Amino acid sequence: MSVVLSLRQVSKVYGVGAAAVHALRAVDLDVAAGELVAVMGPSGSGKSTLLTIAGTLEEPTAGQVTVCGSDVSTLSADATARLRRRSLGFVFQDLNLLAGLSAVENVALPLELDGMAVRPARAAALRVLDELGLTDRAGHFPDDLSGGERQRVAIARAVVGDRRLLLADEPTGALDAANGEAVLRMLRSACKRGIAGVMVTHDAQLASWADRVIFIRDGRVVDQTAPSAGPDALLASDPPR
Amino acid sequence: MSIRHAMLALLAEAPKYGLQLRQEFEARTGEVWPLNVGQVYTTLQRLEREGHVESDDAGRDGAQKRYRLTAEGERELHGWLRTPPQAGPPPRDELVMKVQVAARLTQVDVTEILQAHRRRIVEEMQRYTHLKADAAPEDVGLGLVVDAELFRLEAVVRWLDAADARLRNHPTPSADAGTPNADSAGTPNAADGRVERPAGDNTAGARR
Repeated sequence: MSVVLSLRQVSKVYGVGAAAVHALRAVDLDVAAGELVAVMGPSGSGKSTLLTIAGTLEEPTAGQVTVCGSDVSTLSADATARLRRRSLGFVFQDLNLLAGLSAVENVALPLELDGMAVRPARAAALRVLDELGLTDRAGHFPDDLSGGERQRVAIARAVVGDRRLLLADEPTGALDAANGEAVLRMLRSACKRGIAGVMVTHDAQLASWADRVIFIRDGRVVDQTAPSAGPDALLASDPPR
Repeated sequence: MSIRHAMLALLAEAPKYGLQLRQEFEARTGEVWPLNVGQVYTTLQRLEREGHVESDDAGRDGAQKRYRLTAEGERELHGWLRTPPQAGPPPRDELVMKVQVAARLTQVDVTEILQAHRRRIVEEMQRYTHLKADAAPEDVGLGLVVDAELFRLEAVVRWLDAADARLRNHPTPSADAGTPNADSAGTPNAADGRVERPAGDNTAGARR
C-alpha cells in the first residue's frame, strides 16, 4: 500500500523562551492508503496539533510533512490549498456545516470550490449521501437534521470526490452509542475503499475501530498497538468474562 | 494479589524482618486479608529456595531473619507487574493492586506500567471491534456480547487514564522504608475497585 501521509521528526512549538509550549516532539508517523490509524492521548497531549499539521492547516516548527507524495514545505500557498481541497477531508468536532446550505449543497461545496461545475458536483454529492443512507435528507438544512445525520453529512463532505486522506477529530462528538457506531462504520468502510484515515480521540472504543492505535503523550509518540491479530485471536484467548 | 508477590513488593522497598512483612502486608491490604505467621514463613522459605529473596542470618528463626530481594526476585516482581491480571470477576482489582504497587516502587516507572496495560486492553478492544465491524449488522447476539466486553474494557482504560492523571498531579513519594505502623488503614472496598489506603502513606488523603 502506498504511503499517503508521512510525518518525519515533526515538532511544533508555540511561543518562545520560558513560555514555549512543545506541542509535538519529533513525531514520526506513516499512514498508508486503506489504513485507519487512531491517535489516542489525554487532553493537551498534542493529538489535535498532529491532525492540523497533517492537514496542512498549520506548519511544523521542524520536521517534514509529506502528503500524497508532496513535501508540503516545498509547495506554494496556492498549491497547498489545492492539495487540501482535492485530496484531504476533515471531520472536526464542530462540524462547520454551513447553515444556509442544504445537506447536498454542503457536501458539493468542496468540489465546486475546486472548480467543478455545479451539476456534476451535486451528482457526486448525492452519490455519497446515498452511500451513507441520507438520500431522503439531501434537501434538508443542517438545523433540520439530527446530530447523527449532521455527522454523516460532515463525513460525506470529507470523502466526496477523490479524497485520499481523511482527518477526523473526535468524529462521534456527543453522539449516542448507536449513532457513533454508524459513523465509525462509515469511516472504516471509506478507509477500506482505499482512503488513508487518521482519527484523534481520547476514547478507547472509538480508537478500537482503527487498524493501528498510536499513543501520544506530552507531544511524543510513546507506544502503539501491535498489528491486529484478527478476530480469530479472540477464540484462542479467554472467553468473554 | 498473591502473598508471594506482596512479599516481593514489600521487600523491593527495603530489606525487612519476617514479622514486619506480616504487619505491613496486613496494614496495606486494609486488614481484609489477615495472614498467619505460618503463611508468611512458608512463603518466605519458598521464595528463598527459588532464589527470589535471601536472608542475612541463617542461624536465627524466621521472625528475626532479615530478608532482602535478589535480582531474580526483582525480575519476578517486575514480570508480575506487567502480566495481565487473571480472568475472573472483577479483574480490575488485580490491576488496581499492580498500579498501587508500581506507584510506590522507585525502580518502576508507573506511567510505563499504566501504558503497558492500556495498550494491551486497547489491542483486545480492537479485536472485538473488528469482529463486530466485519459481522452483519443483523447479528444482534454477537453485537450484544461484543459490546458488553467493549464497555467493560473501556471502563478499565478510563480507570487507567484517571489513575494516570491522579498520579501525575499527586506523585506518590517513594515508599517509606521506615517502620510502618498500622495506624488507621482506610476502608477497603474491593467490590468497586477503590484503592485502600496503604499504612504509612501520608499522601493517601491527597490522592483521593
